[in-house]
Amino acid sequence: MEQKEIELLKLLEKNGRLDTVTISKMIDISPEEVEQMIAKLEKENAILGYSTLVDWSNVYEYEGVAALIDVKVTPVRGVGFDKIASRIYRFPEVKAVYLMSGSYDLSVSVEGRTMMEVSRFVSEKLSTLDTVISTTTHFILKKYKHDGIIFDEDNDDDKRIMVTP
Amino acid sequence: MSTSYLAKNVENLKPSGIRKFFDLASKMDNVISLGVGEPDFVTPWNVIEASYHSLEKGYTAYTANAGLMELREAISDYLNKTFSISYEPESQVLVTVGASQAIDLALRAVVDPEDEVLIVEPCFVSYGPAISLAGGIPVPISAQAKNEFKITPEQIEEAVTEKTKAIVLCSPNNPTGTVLNQSELEEVSSVICKHDLLVISDEIYAELSYDDQAASIASINGMTDRTVVISGFSKSFAMTGWRLGYAVGPTDIIRAMTKIHQYTMMCAPTMAQHGALEALRNGNDSVMEMKTSYRQRRNLVVKALNEMGLSCHLPGGAFYVFPSIRETGLSSETFAQKLLEEEGVAVVPGHVFGESGEGYIRCSYATSIKQLDEAMKRMNRFVEKHT
Ligand SMILES: Cc1ncc(COP(=O)(O)O)c(C=O)c1O
Repeated sequence: MEQKEIELLKLLEKNGRLDTVTISKMIDISPEEVEQMIAKLEKENAILGYSTLVDWSNVYEYEGVAALIDVKVTPVRGVGFDKIASRIYRFPEVKAVYLMSGSYDLSVSVEGRTMMEVSRFVSEKLSTLDTVISTTTHFILKKYKHDGIIFDEDNDDDKRIMVTP
Repeated sequence: MSTSYLAKNVENLKPSGIRKFFDLASKMDNVISLGVGEPDFVTPWNVIEASYHSLEKGYTAYTANAGLMELREAISDYLNKTFSISYEPESQVLVTVGASQAIDLALRAVVDPEDEVLIVEPCFVSYGPAISLAGGIPVPISAQAKNEFKITPEQIEEAVTEKTKAIVLCSPNNPTGTVLNQSELEEVSSVICKHDLLVISDEIYAELSYDDQAASIASINGMTDRTVVISGFSKSFAMTGWRLGYAVGPTDIIRAMTKIHQYTMMCAPTMAQHGALEALRNGNDSVMEMKTSYRQRRNLVVKALNEMGLSCHLPGGAFYVFPSIRETGLSSETFAQKLLEEEGVAVVPGHVFGESGEGYIRCSYATSIKQLDEAMKRMNRFVEKHT
């Protein structure tokens, strides 16, 4: 992939709201070229979407829980883990699914409104799937850092003095 | 009237023009500062962690005067790898309290009373005063905007007298961002050799060059033995507050500098030296990342300034742009003051870096994109109003 495309992706990955004109100046191409590049990258599925990182713990009266679930499964001849993964990732409460090396197979991240809701998902939906051998559920107690962003920290806080040589 | 106990040469020093803007800006709210001469990054975590670790292990005593041997070796390796020059860690490397102290030591080690030292303005504000405090006479040469503020051999030729002992160079430059390339350095070197001058080469921004790796004048044929290279960790590793720099050069000069250092400073801070060692060993990825970010911001600011009619060249390094404000008809000082009062944007007027900086301002782009975008909007409005 072209150098400028990688630069563009890295900028957008960090800040999806950076506007076209600013990006165009930063990577030294025209705004139209930026638009075209973004369209191309979307088409090639290099850009899948634009989301906002929310620290829900700072949202007043919002309740929610998240859990990471280690899942052991029996792989199926011909399709390996893909089939079972696709049965799991289609549930809307599942936010991420990874195939892991090590002592279990799939790592599943789940979000719900209450612990009850998540528990019910695990016992009723996940562990009842044919090829699932076992599940271990870990509730997330506190998020310190997510997707490279540190929570609970005033990142905009400039500690430098105003004018220096 | 009571007697003044102050030494004459201190009394005669002009207060820095930067101070005034600092005082003004810090009294106001909602100011966006493009006046900061230091990185907006926090020091890379591995460096901070290494320094913590050294404290935990009890490395809290003095080090050797010239600095930790491992650090001197790492500095020597780095210079060898980057510029292909070899310095003996035992006798040709001195670890200092910032590049600032290294500049002071170099000047004190070589300047006799009344010696003239050439400086190329616009330049970092410390050179002139440091030369005066060492007993010498600073002789400014004005680099010209039409040459993108690059010094020419002819200008050096003109300024040299029998009393000239040394010249202070700085590339990439603060405040202009200008970088002298290999052939420009060679041209300058030939006049320097001809007049048998010493070079004090401030290369603190060497890692922050965006088009080609900045060259070191010390690597040019015949220059190694007449150049003291000054550098440090402040800019490239975002370590300004750690106060750590170094000087490398000919054995006799580094020895002399070490002698002064030993009597007046003992050694650079130990915990900072441990951090610096980690920075040189494992800091390259962080430097590359910061460099990419500076380059993008440089492009953004240079385009925005030129679009609003404040023309400037594309600076090859450091994190400053130095646009002309002549279009507005205002002096640098008035421009900077009004811009601060009317739009809440702090910049540094060019004349504080020397007479040839008049008609220009220094904008540091080591600030977030969000702030830069807003600053450019405000400046655009300001320029429209005043032209
Ligand atoms: C050109 C130049 N030299 C030296 C220094 C001082 O650096 P240090 O923090 O290492 O003393 C600076 C800092 O602004 C600078 O811009």
